[in-house]
Amino acid sequence: MTDATVLPASLADIRDEFLALGLKDRLQLLLEFSGELPELPARYADHPDLLERVEECQSPVYLFVEVTEGVVGVHATAPREAPTTRGFASILAQGLDGLTPEQVLDAVPDDYPQTLGLTEAVSPLRIRGMTGMLARVKRQVRARLAGA
Amino acid sequence: MPVAPDPSPRFSEYAHPERLVSTEWLAEHLGEPGLVVVESDEDVLLYETGHVPGAVKVDWHVDLNDPVQRDYIGPEAFAELMSSRGIARDSTIVVYGDKSNWWAAYALWVFSLFGHEDVRLLDGGRATWQAEGRELTTDEPAVARTDYPVVERRDESIRAFKEDVLAHLGAPLVDVRSPEEYSGARTTAPAYPEEGALRAGHIPSAQNVPWARAAAEDGTFRPIAELDAVYREGAGLRDGDDVVAYCRIGERSSHTWFVLHHLMGFERVRNYDGSWTEWGSAVRVPIVQGTEPGEVPAR
Repeated sequence: MTDATVLPASLADIRDEFLALGLKDRLQLLLEFSGELPELPARYADHPDLLERVEECQSPVYLFVEVTEGVVGVHATAPREAPTTRGFASILAQGLDGLTPEQVLDAVPDDYPQTLGLTEAVSPLRIRGMTGMLARVKRQVRARLAGA
Repeated sequence: MPVAPDPSPRFSEYAHPERLVSTEWLAEHLGEPGLVVVESDEDVLLYETGHVPGAVKVDWHVDLNDPVQRDYIGPEAFAELMSSRGIARDSTIVVYGDKSNWWAAYALWVFSLFGHEDVRLLDGGRATWQAEGRELTTDEPAVARTDYPVVERRDESIRAFKEDVLAHLGAPLVDVRSPEEYSGARTTAPAYPEEGALRAGHIPSAQNVPWARAAAEDGTFRPIAELDAVYREGAGLRDGDDVVAYCRIGERSSHTWFVLHHLMGFERVRNYDGSWTEWGSAVRVPIVQGTEPGEVPAR
């Protein structure tokens, strides 16, 4: 059994990795995450209607959450010209993939994006985009659990 | 020492052709003494993915905004910013950026608040440079620190505040947001956060001219005849008009400010940077909804 109230190790590791760096290197790390955002699986790439637009981000970013046999998968796509948004999506995809729905809902605080030490490096307004993404992921997880 | 302007004939029809440079011109003049190239983007990481060789980065959130108060940085912070980027008071600055130069125009406008004289835009911005296959590098530029003077910010001539806009009602106002934002139609679904403003609509009597109508498909500025058609015939602006432009936070309207002031030659144009995020949340200011400009309320 995983404790559904402790911040999952995947997200805690990402946070610690950022906090160990100075401001400038945090940006570089975010850029690395940006490069690691996986391509959408073909089943979603062919079905843009399944993807939800994250309105909180100025750049077009779309995401889709699936829950398969009690495991959460997060898929996202954002243009190459929007590396910051891609970085945010990549952090969430890597940090949330493989968690249980309960962990995502109960163990990931809504303000997780504010804990990465990025607020000063990219500005509070931009971090709001990532907060918006996380909120949408959670809402989609709830919807999947409810059978939508 | 300022660098001689781009003599391209395609700029000569604009009121101030010296405010634009072409990608060809920039490629030829890179590294020239007195020239500093600045990249300013919406995305804070785009510069890091590759930039014009030698270009320095200025970010609107992190570098140009005061971290506490909703305002631009003050004289000391500006002097430090410019010094750290190797910019002298008499440097020629060429700014370029993403999104058809929104943020580049915004940086140019803020530099102008501090009276930096020679600041130009790269016509077509980052996208044009990239589309032409010109060099981008991730190498950090070698910056020789300068000693930029501490100069007062002069807001009066090109910046409007809420009170100025209230006093201006009845004179030409240009709302450069999308028609949906202008009319007050909301597309956000329930339970999604509505960001930035508590009310929707536009400032009474404002003409809606979305900023992008000044840009061609490739992000370069439209020829003067097309700009005249949009702003003079379309929005009814006339020579001698005192114009205020606004959008959501003042970035898109900086683009329009640049067009009206530097390309079309309107002397008195101010950017209301408080824009809709201030007006739409302010108490007891008049708002009009729908697609018509609406009437200015009697005072």
